[in-house]
Amino acid sequence: MMRYVLFFCAALLAAASLHAKEAVPAADDPVVEKRAVTLEEQLRCLVCQNQTIAESRADLAMDLKKEIREQIKAGKSDEQIKQFLVDRYGDFVLYKPPFKPITALLWGGPFLLLVGGVIGLFVYQRRRRGRVVQASLSDDEQARAEALLQSNEDRA
Amino acid sequence: MKRFLIPLGIFVVLVGFLALGLRLNPREVPSPLIDKPAPPFTLPELVDPQRSFSQKDMLGKVWMLNVWASWCVSCREEHPVLVAFSERNIVPVYGLNYKDDRKDALAWLSKLGNPYTMSIMDRDGRIGIDYGVYGVPETYVIDKQGVIRYKQIGPVTPEVLEAKILPLVKKLQG
Repeated sequence: MMRYVLFFCAALLAAASLHAKEAVPAADDPVVEKRAVTLEEQLRCLVCQNQTIAESRADLAMDLKKEIREQIKAGKSDEQIKQFLVDRYGDFVLYKPPFKPITALLWGGPFLLLVGGVIGLFVYQRRRRGRVVQASLSDDEQARAEALLQSNEDRA
Repeated sequence: MKRFLIPLGIFVVLVGFLALGLRLNPREVPSPLIDKPAPPFTLPELVDPQRSFSQKDMLGKVWMLNVWASWCVSCREEHPVLVAFSERNIVPVYGLNYKDDRKDALAWLSKLGNPYTMSIMDRDGRIGIDYGVYGVPETYVIDKQGVIRYKQIGPVTPEVLEAKILPLVKKLQG
């Protein structure tokens, strides 16, 4: 029994040290830390593509967190740091890709769809209006219709 | 009848987009480093850490840089392909041993074979960041002027080797 307990404790210790290795290298300076986290929230982790670097615990994300903090401390601006990453990993690291010819459809697509929808709606409405024929009644029919409406009103 | 053609047309286009999207691999992000000079480095050799190697040493030659690590599962899958390829002596393959333990790396090579002309150590992954490495293994083809001409993300397969890398290397060596 004792051996199992010891083994369990050893396993726990091992797990704890594994975790310690992954800990985020937080900067001492809260201003640096805040800037770093704000930046990391706008950047994609390429290992786990649906997470930001801030959220990710992947090895590469850890390295990039360290890199970003070092660059902030070295006095680089947010734009310079973003450019540093874009130069290496491409626009894909940015959660908000820049507007340029290759991303024009990405940014303009929703508006194109909206315009297309409005045009479609307009055309549809016009066609429908054309299809409603102005029906004319003969005198006899007119009298019958009025009589019907009249009887309806009486009942009400 | 004509009324159904418009939604059918939209549907076909949509299916076309989806079919295309399904066949693309989201992990293959186009590298901005293609046609750019290979980022500079000077790193210690794996076998003899006293000696160092720089990408400048390869100017004038076409070469391949393969990022690998003993902890990387896909590298194990790729390794026999590289070993067989290196035996053909077409182009020198250099290894960038990425965030690895030197002992593990050496054991790996002696056990599975060494396809590399030389391996260098990027212990903290700093050079890996410069090369935009995010999924080991990755392989770069670098031309005589030291410009990156091709990047393979994930394992090099015999198909990729024959269809993409070899024709490019032949052209560059030309």
